Amino acid sequence: MTTTPPAYWQPEVECMEREELAQLQLERLEATLSRVRRHVPFYRKSFDEAGFDADEVRSADDLRRLPFTEKRDLMEAYPYGLFAVPLRDVVRLHATGGTGGAAIVMGYTRNDIRTWSNLMARMLVAGGVTRDDVVQITFDYGLFTGAFGVHQGAERLGASVIPIGSGNTKRQVKIMQDYRTTALVSTPSYALHLAETMSEMGLAANAFSLRRALLGGEPWSEALRKRVEDQLHVTATCNYALSEVMGPGIAGECLERDGLHVAEDQFLVEIVDPLTLEPVRPGSRGELVLTTLAKEAFPLVRYRTRELTSLVPEPCPCGRTSVRLRPVEVRTDDLLVVKGVNVYPSQVEAVLRSVQGTEPNFEIVVERPRDLDEATVLVEVSESVFFDEMRRQAEFRERLKKRLASELGVTFEVKLVEKKTLERIEGKGPGNVRDRRTR
Amino acid sequence: MLRIRNLDVAYGPVAVLRRVSLHVNPGEVVAIVGANGAGKTTLLNTVTGLVRARAGEIALRGRDVSRLPTEETVALGCSLVPEGRQVFASMSVRDNLLMGAHVQLRRGRRDEVRADLERVLGLFPVLRARERQLAGTLSGGEQQMLAMGRALMARPALLMLDEPSMGLAPLVMKDILATVSRIAAEGCTVLLVEQNARSALKIADRGYVLETGRIVLEGTSEELLANRDVQRAYLGRDVDPESEART
Repeated sequence: MTTTPPAYWQPEVECMEREELAQLQLERLEATLSRVRRHVPFYRKSFDEAGFDADEVRSADDLRRLPFTEKRDLMEAYPYGLFAVPLRDVVRLHATGGTGGAAIVMGYTRNDIRTWSNLMARMLVAGGVTRDDVVQITFDYGLFTGAFGVHQGAERLGASVIPIGSGNTKRQVKIMQDYRTTALVSTPSYALHLAETMSEMGLAANAFSLRRALLGGEPWSEALRKRVEDQLHVTATCNYALSEVMGPGIAGECLERDGLHVAEDQFLVEIVDPLTLEPVRPGSRGELVLTTLAKEAFPLVRYRTRELTSLVPEPCPCGRTSVRLRPVEVRTDDLLVVKGVNVYPSQVEAVLRSVQGTEPNFEIVVERPRDLDEATVLVEVSESVFFDEMRRQAEFRERLKKRLASELGVTFEVKLVEKKTLERIEGKGPGNVRDRRTR
Repeated sequence: MLRIRNLDVAYGPVAVLRRVSLHVNPGEVVAIVGANGAGKTTLLNTVTGLVRARAGEIALRGRDVSRLPTEETVALGCSLVPEGRQVFASMSVRDNLLMGAHVQLRRGRRDEVRADLERVLGLFPVLRARERQLAGTLSGGEQQMLAMGRALMARPALLMLDEPSMGLAPLVMKDILATVSRIAAEGCTVLLVEQNARSALKIADRGYVLETGRIVLEGTSEELLANRDVQRAYLGRDVDPESEART
């Protein structure tokens, strides 16, 4: 006889009445503000400068009177400047990429680790993983939060964890086959790479035991999900992770696959207009801002994630009462305003990818020679295109121009350049932006 | 059961509680821990209406009680066992218990009161043995039990206990807290204020840490017991990680 696996990991919070949740959020927000003011000089200073009295908070809406916390604030606090507990209370340290001043160090107390494990277990259960699953974690183990975050949650759930880590794809496939992996945890692109490797090795994906893929760590699209599901014969769910805030476990899709449930008992969500920083209309797209509600070692107040998403207002049929986020497709990091139109480099990237059919390397240059903005995209193209007939080169350029104009709503000039002529910034991916306008 | 939002209480110009928010779900045992002077007693006295809040909401079973006189809050099902017992020393144990039933008696429910008296004496066998004795002659632990029994006579849905273990020998204290657990198991919701954080958290489902009038932590008892700040400040030990790993 088989028993139905539980639909929720912590139903008492995942399915909590909204009113009860609001009370819990208020209590935890007030406690968090009291703690950070007492223990973190950065917040004390930023509250004082904003003329904000944490004792005057009466509702989660009052949070809006507080200044935002920016990524550079976290960098400036390197390594431990924003910790709210002494280092001896910290049992784990993780960090984001970069070294020295560009890195951010996150600390976790024993309670933080326990909470994190439970959060990740929630996301795994929501994605259909049970204690009977064999979970292959292909994230990089180390300072990065992804692998350890998922690992703890999967162990907490009682699943069998394969901590294989990243790389060595053929070995990954072999182990996936031999160990009869049923749940894959990876980035969407690595999931596709695995599928490709399988077929190169002459193995059919449907001969594997794989049935779930929990994906995260990269910009998302429904097309990407479909490709992973088709090629690996799995149900794929999207997960949201942000190391500074916790790691994976902040939000994840349930099997309805229509938005990511936010662990609202732990994180307060705001969506703001990235330019005015005012709250957007409910359901509209804006930048995700997160406040931690129970973190002990590394609490964050109004942290600007630089990621663009919107909230799904309707309740989910799965029974969870939390709000859902639309998967993050673009980041605001390099938000450009060209002729008054918001443009994200990732949008340009998507257009180039669809026209070129490969991963593009490109650069965006914005200038203002007279009073008008002029925007140009420099695209690296293969030699075959580059040395093609002038006419065909021009056609290709025109096609790109048209697509960019129709997708972005603003005209870009397109220049084709030879491979490896554009500078690549380490760890940043393609899409360098040079804004040469004088401000 | 109880929901408090942004409670501000001041004695004259001195703020005692600052925007305190907390809740107690039906059937829960919730502990409020904190040092002397943190505002724990003031909090309970404000819920019962003995002290008036300057601002904030107190909802008991969905009803706003922040402006109600104490006797009406009691009639709504909230009883307080005050700090230091405060039994009527010159009255018998039995009469002390009946004093707790005045709301019921006023409603003319003599039969129910008789049944309640039986139930309370059953819960505290030591009180049955001393039913006719003057309350002032009881030991500290017995007086604490009497104070609790008296509160239960009002048939509270929410029982609030202010430092029930104060001044008691460790064994007696253990006994008292075990009784609190038993009362909770019978379906009575409990809000417990204690300086003895470890004992309180051991019998509680959740807890809040109150520091100089502000709540600085909320969590399950397990979480609070594992919190190093709580351990340092209220559990009377500076944690030795090695001894902790062994436990």
